[in-house]
Amino acid sequence: MTSIARTLEIRTSPHINQGASVDSIMRNVVWALLPASAFAVYAFGMGGLLTLVVATGSCVLTEHLLCRVSKRQTTVGDWSIAITGLLYGLTLPPTLPLWMTAVGGVLAVSLGKFLFGGLGFNPFNPALVGRAVLQAAFPVAMTTWQDGFWAGRFTTVPTSLLALPFTKPTYDSISGATPLSAWKFDNQLAETSDLVFGLTSGSTGETSSVLILLGGLYLISRNMMSWRIPVAILSTVLVLSGALYLIGGDGYPPPLFMLFSGGLMLGAMFMATDMVGSPMTHRGVVLHGILIGTLTVVIRIWGGMPEGVMYAILVANAFVPQIDKLIQPSAYGTVRASS
Amino acid sequence: MLSLFKSNTFGHGVHPPESKEATRKLSIRQFPFAPLLHIPLTQHLGKPATPVVREGQEVARGQLIGQPEGYMSVAMHAPASGVVKKVGLMPSISGQMVEGVYLEPYPSSGQEILEGTPTEVTASKEAIVEALQGAGIVGLGGAAFPTHVKLNVPAEKPVDTAIINGVECEPYLTTDHRVMLEQQEDIFLGIRYVLKVTGAEHAIIAIEANKLDAADALANNLPPDLAAEVKVLPVKYPQGAEKMLVTALLGREVPSRGLPLDVGAICINVATTAEIGRLLPHGRGIQERVVTVTGPGVEKKGNYRIPIGTPLRFILEQVGAADDISRVFMGGPMMGPAASSLDIPIVKGTSGVVSLTERETGKVRTQPTYPCIRCGRCVDACPMFLNPSELGVLAANSAYQRMADEFHLMDCFECGSCSFVCPSNIPLVQYFRVAKSSVRKAAKAKAS
Repeated sequence: MTSIARTLEIRTSPHINQGASVDSIMRNVVWALLPASAFAVYAFGMGGLLTLVVATGSCVLTEHLLCRVSKRQTTVGDWSIAITGLLYGLTLPPTLPLWMTAVGGVLAVSLGKFLFGGLGFNPFNPALVGRAVLQAAFPVAMTTWQDGFWAGRFTTVPTSLLALPFTKPTYDSISGATPLSAWKFDNQLAETSDLVFGLTSGSTGETSSVLILLGGLYLISRNMMSWRIPVAILSTVLVLSGALYLIGGDGYPPPLFMLFSGGLMLGAMFMATDMVGSPMTHRGVVLHGILIGTLTVVIRIWGGMPEGVMYAILVANAFVPQIDKLIQPSAYGTVRASS
Repeated sequence: MLSLFKSNTFGHGVHPPESKEATRKLSIRQFPFAPLLHIPLTQHLGKPATPVVREGQEVARGQLIGQPEGYMSVAMHAPASGVVKKVGLMPSISGQMVEGVYLEPYPSSGQEILEGTPTEVTASKEAIVEALQGAGIVGLGGAAFPTHVKLNVPAEKPVDTAIINGVECEPYLTTDHRVMLEQQEDIFLGIRYVLKVTGAEHAIIAIEANKLDAADALANNLPPDLAAEVKVLPVKYPQGAEKMLVTALLGREVPSRGLPLDVGAICINVATTAEIGRLLPHGRGIQERVVTVTGPGVEKKGNYRIPIGTPLRFILEQVGAADDISRVFMGGPMMGPAASSLDIPIVKGTSGVVSLTERETGKVRTQPTYPCIRCGRCVDACPMFLNPSELGVLAANSAYQRMADEFHLMDCFECGSCSFVCPSNIPLVQYFRVAKSSVRKAAKAKAS
């Protein structure tokens, strides 16, 4: 019989937890983005690789330095900034001068995240804030595209990437427009199968719908992402563009083209689902998804730009506090709406 | 809400690991007397009992040592024959010192128990209510609410169903499970008393699907003249909570701040029911209870019938504790309070003694806390359909009154589901405990 003389730790219940932590969730999101990132490198070679490396590096470094400057412990370890950096890189054209990529990364983290108080407090998706700033500042560079799969892409760095700051980049070969701008300005339709497998031009990570879906399904299966948001967005886009196509005919793009072109898949799976920038309740996230889907269709069809996913998500981000105010869970034992 | 009726459970909730395997097959065993018993006079919700013994007095096992002080109070009985060493303050699980009786059992204290006046099932409602109070019976599931108050339903609120709660949804605990397997006659007799007092037409024994052996045994042995049935529910925490159980079984929703009574039901723990059937026919009082002693820090895990007042230190010495035990809590891991001292005794509401070692607690201690990332897991977990995330933000700003007025804070019964799922490791339920007590204090100050 032992005599027990240890100090007891007093903690309040519960004494057990489910085991998922913020860093493990965030790390898994990064894993889920890897197939799409690998495809970006495969399709665009050095252009894709350097864009992703500089984007991620500039974001992570900015966050680390800002923490140092404000005398806080670095928050790089929660992995959320790695997601921001990678996502930001995946939304950029593979020909973008690297100095622009770096500037956008610095602004994404400082304006989009740190200014609001860091993780958990940023109303807008930081990756999209970075991209929006670049879109406003360098509209030409942000809409100059290059076809993937060219020979020698793994050994040659596209000249435009190495342009010096504030100089006009020179492009090796100005190439085909993205499927969305081809439709918008030249009334040309891409093959749906090319869209699904990523054989078109576009931002580094948006081209292969099937790999993006794969990553999303992994997160959903591990209960680390809300399936309701992508389902709401994609079905809204499908229904709205389907209705327009049926009524308006050839003047409108077919719904499957809408679904698999541009940044919709990447945005619906990985950006609209950012937990910080989406509502808390099930009904709230469905509303959020419908809003993003509707705005995407409206901007793409009637807007001046060929692509609208980025602005749709940023606008919907702004509505989240209102949605959360409007839709609260109805407490047990009160008169309850059906939920 | 359709899904509620289809799946025969309540909305939301969580699935913690059950951790019941180590003790679920172990029969209840009698625990020896400790050299000194610490018997608090407040082991129930309400006023402390008044001591009726003095220092140096000899008492017999089962003898009354504390008289109920008014209606919201119950009697206390001597758990062993011995000598009263002192009547004074002692540590309690709440962290406060409370008044109690220190009793030194005789080294040869026998097992025979003093009998009082029996109360049969045929007695009047009033006589049974009085007998319940006199036997010191309280809810043994953990809340320790005086049973005579609970069963004495007011005439204007008729009850049709008495729910016998054998859910035992807290991980680790297997006391109710063992009682259901080993004390079926006591339970059936107890149900007769419960039906008599409450006037309910029938009883439902509610059991979760991880205790099918108990459900089968009870259903097979149910006396044909007893208006009772056994119902098996899917496993989900916190199904043992009264409101959740009423919804799961009857599809009725208890109004906010209300009681199951308000929708024609009462819930009583199955071990409490068994105690009623065991004690009332002999005029005895509670002197012991079944406790699951378990956890990674315990060597001889088991379900033990332990005398009330046995200090934790004696229990851990008897069963053998690991060298690196670091935390001991009473009850289950979701709601059980941690013990600050090993001098704290087993009381009527103690269903378990669980000990963790440095291996488990160290992991939790070093886990970082992150800001809320608004993932919504807590909203999906809360069985009361509150918004723990929003409440957490308000609590951090000390906006306690607003939490109560606009976000139903006072409906939180501290089940711990929100903290259990939180990936940011935010101590939500602890915030809410502080907020609730602050709101209660403010209301009291306003009233006086």
